[in-house]
Amino acid sequence: MKVLGIESSCDETGVALYDSARGLLGHRVHSQIDLHAAYGGVVPELASRDHIRRLPLLVRETLAEAGCALSEIDALAYTAGPGLAGALLVGAGAAEALALALDVPALPIHHLEGHLLSPLLAADAPDFPFVALLVSGGHTQLMRVTGVGEYELLGESLDDAAGEAFDKTAKLLGLGYPGGPQLAALAATGSAGRFRLPRPMLNSGDLDFSFSGLKTAVLNVVSAPGWQAADAADLAADFQQAVVEVLVRKALAALRSTGLQRLVVAGGVGANRELRAQLDRAAARRGWRVYYPEAELCTDNGAMIAFAGALRLAAGAGGSREGRIAIRPRWPLAELMRP
Amino acid sequence: MKILAIETSCEHASVALLADECVRQRTLEGQGAHSERLLGEIRALLAEGGMKLRGLDAIAFGSGPGAFTGLRLACAVAQGLALGSGLGVAPVCSLAALAEQGEGEWLLAATDARMGEVYGAAYRRTENALVEVAAPHCVPPEALELPVAGGPWRVLGSALRAYPALIERFAPKLAGWDADAVPRAAQVALLARHQVRAGRLLPAELAAPLYVRDKVALTTAERLARGGRA
Repeated sequence: MKVLGIESSCDETGVALYDSARGLLGHRVHSQIDLHAAYGGVVPELASRDHIRRLPLLVRETLAEAGCALSEIDALAYTAGPGLAGALLVGAGAAEALALALDVPALPIHHLEGHLLSPLLAADAPDFPFVALLVSGGHTQLMRVTGVGEYELLGESLDDAAGEAFDKTAKLLGLGYPGGPQLAALAATGSAGRFRLPRPMLNSGDLDFSFSGLKTAVLNVVSAPGWQAADAADLAADFQQAVVEVLVRKALAALRSTGLQRLVVAGGVGANRELRAQLDRAAARRGWRVYYPEAELCTDNGAMIAFAGALRLAAGAGGSREGRIAIRPRWPLAELMRP
Repeated sequence: MKILAIETSCEHASVALLADECVRQRTLEGQGAHSERLLGEIRALLAEGGMKLRGLDAIAFGSGPGAFTGLRLACAVAQGLALGSGLGVAPVCSLAALAEQGEGEWLLAATDARMGEVYGAAYRRTENALVEVAAPHCVPPEALELPVAGGPWRVLGSALRAYPALIERFAPKLAGWDADAVPRAAQVALLARHQVRAGRLLPAELAAPLYVRDKVALTTAERLARGGRA
């Protein structure tokens, strides 16, 4: 079964072809980072304009890489939400129209389902059930995953997502856009321990997060008299340590409370090396295991969407031939149905 | 000649199927949700005409200017259909499609662009074509002009409803006007015939909306220059 996946929920256009028998056959991502850099953040209208400019060519390139003709595709899978409405509409419109022209079913896929199933694409894939820690610029969530389409929300951020906190803090420190990876790189050159930053909700007794206070604490440090730009690396290290400590502690608490022994980490922040190192150490001490997607599948991509579509088809979802271009910019994962 | 056309540049969406000299059109009136019904209407139109996508000569779409999201809906669907059926795409300016509805030789299409502006374009109808006299542009209504050469003019479009003062200002050079006319897929299909005949169809990856309004956000540097925050 060959599924063409299309992702266009934010600032990456992704297309991939996944074959349930042979795995990932082709995979292309166009990042809009350079386009939005001058604006200091994602401009939704510009994101939509870029998606429609890139998408058809990415489809052709993906198929060429896979050595596969359009006529061999068995189904289309596309991100229907959550995300930017205008951006989602481009992918949904093209995917549903392509499915109609090819006379194959189309499957609207939840973006976060794509992320949290993406570690299953790795060579060393976890079995169900597991706890998923989803950390990106838009989301910070802990979920109990018992199968495809079976996701129970255990906790989530009440304000900023972890990646958002990274980006906003980077801006406070005068780093470029997108700030998260630059902040992590700066942190690697400093040492933590000089600045006392809060650990929001560390002992809240639940599995929720809050990161906006941390950003404010950094703002207070850099606006205080005596602040020197030379200290930025150490402050970045302290900021990163605060975020990582909370993420690690809550992820372990989620494993304890569910009695599960496998943790799956997905989303852009999942690529953070400090987070990976500390999670691996803490889990190893308890005999638990942490699974990550392949590095190139941490950010938004079409592979995870094609893969989620293929898993849903395999689980009995038929997809639709109605051609309804229906997007859900706000779509709680808990409302997702089993295939 | 057989052409499927899509026009969703404003809240009155439509699809049309041209087969030789006959055009069938289906309209999608009502608020929003054009996207949910658009492909269903296309399928119904093809079934009615007893045609398959692959039997067509081109996919045409109203490229704009108009509501950005609507332009992209039509473009994305045209891209998807064209990719899947191996057909070429014919983008047709939505203002030309609007002007094509008018009678007479000299035509001005003017639509409400929101944000205190209008989109305008002027055309001259010759024996077998609609020739652009003034390219699509976006201006405040008081800056919208009838071209100096030509006339009297027939003016069509929602700009007249949003700014009725335009009618008074244009009155001396006016042959007639229609404030209720909206771009329709039937005329998109009719105008696309020229591109099919001339062999000027685009591959899906080159089909793009015609936004006209291109400055949609300020860069950080521009915000700072205006005294704003980074």
